[in-house]
Amino acid sequence: MQAPLTEESSKVETVYRYVVVGAGPAGVTAVENLRRHDPEGTILLIGGEQEPPYSRMAIPYMLVGKVGEEGTYLRQQENHFPNLDVKYQHAMVLHIDAATKRIKLNDGSSIQYEKLCLATGARPIKPPIPGLDQKGVRHCWTLDDARKIIELAHEGADVVLMGAGFIGCIILEALALRGVNLTVVEMGDRMVPRMLDPVAGTMLKRWCEEKGVTVHTSTRITQLESNPGETEDTLLVDLDNGEKIPAHLVVVAAGVKSNLDYLEGSGLATDQGILVNEYLQTSDEHIFAIGDVAQGPDFEHGDRVVHAIQPTATDHGRIAALNMVGKRTRYQGSMQMNVLDTLGLISVSFGEWDGRDKCDQAIMCNETGFQYMRLEFADDRLVGAQCVGRTAHIGVIRGLIEGRVPLGAWKEKLKMNPYLIMDAYLSCAQS
Amino acid sequence: MQKSLHIIPEKCTGCTQCEIACSMQHDGIFSPSKSRIRVFKFHDEGRFVPYTCTQCSEAWCQRACPTGAIGINGETGAKVVSDTVCVGCKVCTIACPFGTINYVADSGKVAKCDLCDGDPACVKACPTGAIVFIDAQNTGFERMRSWAAKTDSGTPAKA
Repeated sequence: MQAPLTEESSKVETVYRYVVVGAGPAGVTAVENLRRHDPEGTILLIGGEQEPPYSRMAIPYMLVGKVGEEGTYLRQQENHFPNLDVKYQHAMVLHIDAATKRIKLNDGSSIQYEKLCLATGARPIKPPIPGLDQKGVRHCWTLDDARKIIELAHEGADVVLMGAGFIGCIILEALALRGVNLTVVEMGDRMVPRMLDPVAGTMLKRWCEEKGVTVHTSTRITQLESNPGETEDTLLVDLDNGEKIPAHLVVVAAGVKSNLDYLEGSGLATDQGILVNEYLQTSDEHIFAIGDVAQGPDFEHGDRVVHAIQPTATDHGRIAALNMVGKRTRYQGSMQMNVLDTLGLISVSFGEWDGRDKCDQAIMCNETGFQYMRLEFADDRLVGAQCVGRTAHIGVIRGLIEGRVPLGAWKEKLKMNPYLIMDAYLSCAQS
Repeated sequence: MQKSLHIIPEKCTGCTQCEIACSMQHDGIFSPSKSRIRVFKFHDEGRFVPYTCTQCSEAWCQRACPTGAIGINGETGAKVVSDTVCVGCKVCTIACPFGTINYVADSGKVAKCDLCDGDPACVKACPTGAIVFIDAQNTGFERMRSWAAKTDSGTPAKA
């Protein structure tokens, strides 16, 4: 052991070949792939919450009782991690010393690594609005948040949801299905403004309103007051249009940001997230970053972006593991893709869904039927898409974009009828 | 030897018996819209193309699943959705670049071809031999898989 003889590190220091920090989908995928490609190396997985590794994506389904808590676990098999000879430990990382390849944990111990992978994810943004520290105000991010929301969101409860972005909309469905009296407040001019264009985002709003949800767009919450004398609706939500909405529960879904605080002094290059190259390496060659905390190359334009989505997390985890064991593997870049079920209306978007310079479009819209399809082309390739109200074979959009498939004559046919996307795919990619 | 579905579109007459058999096998009803194999019709070319999951080794659906709901049948190699574990989040439906895992609103879960535990109903139903179940090595699916490799998000770097 080369640990300096300070009081704190006088405990035995452990050395691992691989240390993965963060037990979400990215971290779990990374340790599984590390074991696949290195049967011998010691692996430590560190999780920040006192839970088995679980999926935040499954939380809405727990809120509506479709699954229990154990249904949110990332891996259902018992002893999954011991069976892989992966040690799983609950701790928070306080500090990284890249020069000596050590991390310091909140229990005072330090751990030495040969390769380190940071999968520390993101956390919800708390907007600078007075009154958010009161009882009855929750994010919907962790299992613990979910337990509290289940307590508070009883049938008929007055609930205000701040934010109708992607996560907000997923929670929206769960809250509505719990039978609460729901009001949604979004400062953008439509729902999911970073996933759908104005036509589609407005369509979603109208759908939700027809389902009995009150939706305010282009509206800000200015403060949360306490509602004196009230035992049920203890909160009063002030909107910038002058309205005051009594609430039993306020759920804050105002976006997320990468967890970077513990990196102070580490010397790692960061921006919105930890900057990584096409091998998912950070500015230190022995340290990798993946998932919501990583800012890596985008598939289409190569700029480094944070794509905080499940498919990117697992792709990152798999490819970082290959590089960590020495199988140099280039990552072709992540693509934004989302699927959202809003009270039965399903919407998806992929890649450059909002177009870019010199893009051609194909658009078809049926307002009354809640159907919308918009494709974006660069030359004769598909580069982005959004679709509301249709799900069959939707994955071929990813196939066409990531396969950079030349559409040839099909581009004009798609401009006439974008719903021919599957026919175009079969003709161009599978023939 | 694992077997896989081999589709010969030139032999397909568009009768959709495979769709009917598939929906009967899995859902107990004659409902082509529920079928996990679909026949696409290119009327102006007089061409019919049956299409379903290739059980690809990349298994985008399996990798993308946030609850580990997609497992592998050890005998057939099929990627199989566990209805008890699937929460219906639909991430697999956008992650699969072949579009062969689909959301079923009635069940609130996703469905895909599971090779019928090694005795595919579509094969038995096809009157023209357009769908056959043969040794995986001999199928044209290798071509599809090589195409799959092109869309893979991680391609090995050349040394």
